Amino acid sequence: MIINVARKELKSVFASPMGWVILSLLMFAFGTQYLNGVNDYFAVMSGAMRPAERTGVTQFVGQSVYGLASFIMLFAVPLLSMRLIAEERRSQTLPFLFSAPISLTEIVVGKFLGLVGFLSILIIFIAAMLSTLNIWSDIDFGFIVANSVGLLLMVASFSALGLYFSSLTQQPVVAAILTFVALFALMMLDRFFAGDPSNILASLSLTRHFQTFSGGLIDTADIAYFILFTVTFLTLTVRRLDADRLRG
Amino acid sequence: MNNFTVEAIELTRVYGGREAVSNVSFTLSKGEVLGFLGPNGAGKSTTMKMLTGNLAPSHGSVKICGIDMIENPKEAKALIGYLPEMRPLYKELTVDEYLIMAARLHRVSAKHIKSAVETAKERCGLGHMSKRLIENLSNGYQQRVGIAQAIIHRPMVVILDEPTVGLDPIQIRDIRALIREVGGEHSVIISTHILPEVEMVCDHVQIIDKGKLVFNGAIDVLKKQRIGNKLLISMHNPPAADAMLSIAGVTEAESLPGGLIRVRFAENATPAEAIVQAAVQQGWGLYQIAPDQTSLEDVFMQLTYQEQVAEEQPAA
Repeated sequence: MIINVARKELKSVFASPMGWVILSLLMFAFGTQYLNGVNDYFAVMSGAMRPAERTGVTQFVGQSVYGLASFIMLFAVPLLSMRLIAEERRSQTLPFLFSAPISLTEIVVGKFLGLVGFLSILIIFIAAMLSTLNIWSDIDFGFIVANSVGLLLMVASFSALGLYFSSLTQQPVVAAILTFVALFALMMLDRFFAGDPSNILASLSLTRHFQTFSGGLIDTADIAYFILFTVTFLTLTVRRLDADRLRG
Repeated sequence: MNNFTVEAIELTRVYGGREAVSNVSFTLSKGEVLGFLGPNGAGKSTTMKMLTGNLAPSHGSVKICGIDMIENPKEAKALIGYLPEMRPLYKELTVDEYLIMAARLHRVSAKHIKSAVETAKERCGLGHMSKRLIENLSNGYQQRVGIAQAIIHRPMVVILDEPTVGLDPIQIRDIRALIREVGGEHSVIISTHILPEVEMVCDHVQIIDKGKLVFNGAIDVLKKQRIGNKLLISMHNPPAADAMLSIAGVTEAESLPGGLIRVRFAENATPAEAIVQAAVQQGWGLYQIAPDQTSLEDVFMQLTYQEQVAEEQPAA
């Protein structure tokens, strides 16, 4: 049943040109960054004589593409997640889901997976794009895998937060703004505590946990952080919708 | 197990201290069409939301074919088709896409989805609209899509909240015919404030006012109450009301302004002829005589505005 809800979400993204336009525009941005990365690599490396200054092409290009991707997702996810529940609430289509034989958890998880499924198309494309470097070079696939996993987990956390804010309001735009502000604050958190890296609040920062992945390291502590973050907000969303049913 | 398809037991819903629905109990058997009547804000939609599990009752319970809505919501919801007041249509999809999605979400097995969609479209007269975007359909066709969505999984109970609102007379007639047809095999609950509609399509009527059930019975009871043994006589020179009472069969006479007299007569009596004869002989200037029907509106008004009257009505 979760799959059916997710399919429904994907269908409504692709029912209008919106879905295709977003995919192509984002891929255009990532493609340009990739191209620049490859050009810069030659420029920088031709000047780097000593072995210590040299870095691998995967890391050089990959870091710039994944860096941009995580930054763009900060804007893209709120815009995509805002309509998930708020829009349904506004056009009064929620009873359609509520009166079908599916539980609230299935609805919420289905919607979440629908959005993450859409965004993972981008993640797969980015990985495929970087893998083409392998044609003339010998690249580090482990680095790409780690970054893809990191980006996927981060996008999932963004989506869960977006879904929660979308369930709070009837106005998609309000949901988008709230989501963006919350995500931005979470991303910036470690900047505020730059002088005191051991602060507990700093370790709540999404950026900090993404950094290990972008270095090519898959750390279970960071995976646990992202999963907990996602599960927390999905649970809150379920509870919010349940409150609708109880309080009306 | 009894064979009630819907059992509402002492449903109560409190909104911020005010009871929107209080103590509503009723049952519905297979193949019946139940009409839900009531003025605006009486609690019709709230009751329907509770029946379909969209709203949790403050007290009381709902059973669909014996399955409790609160304990086993998934099983109970699988037996219900619901069209809320605001049609829950995804306007960016085509009719086919929407109905396939509805069938999937209502657990129609993959093999049967296609035939379920076809049947639902055929029953709702949507055959030639398959590829159209719902957004571009007229109001009436959108309503049909809404109904198709509610009957696609062949539920035991179909609940339609004001299904004929905002439609043109021909569409209303079609939709009423459809409701009748659906009522043949499923149980149907419809809410409306169009009174003749209830008489046309329903077997049972419930009138709800300020959250309380004020009338619950077969449509015949309401009809009988409506037609009654009354004549309305118009005359140029009306006599005193007492003069009427002397005519055989007349039990009550009441003078109304404008030369009208309303006469109530005994069961099985036909005093019309005698009245006409008397009128001719005594020169009352009779120009019109007709059975006096209390309109359904009047019955409705009586029931909703004088609850004490309602309590004396025979409940079936």
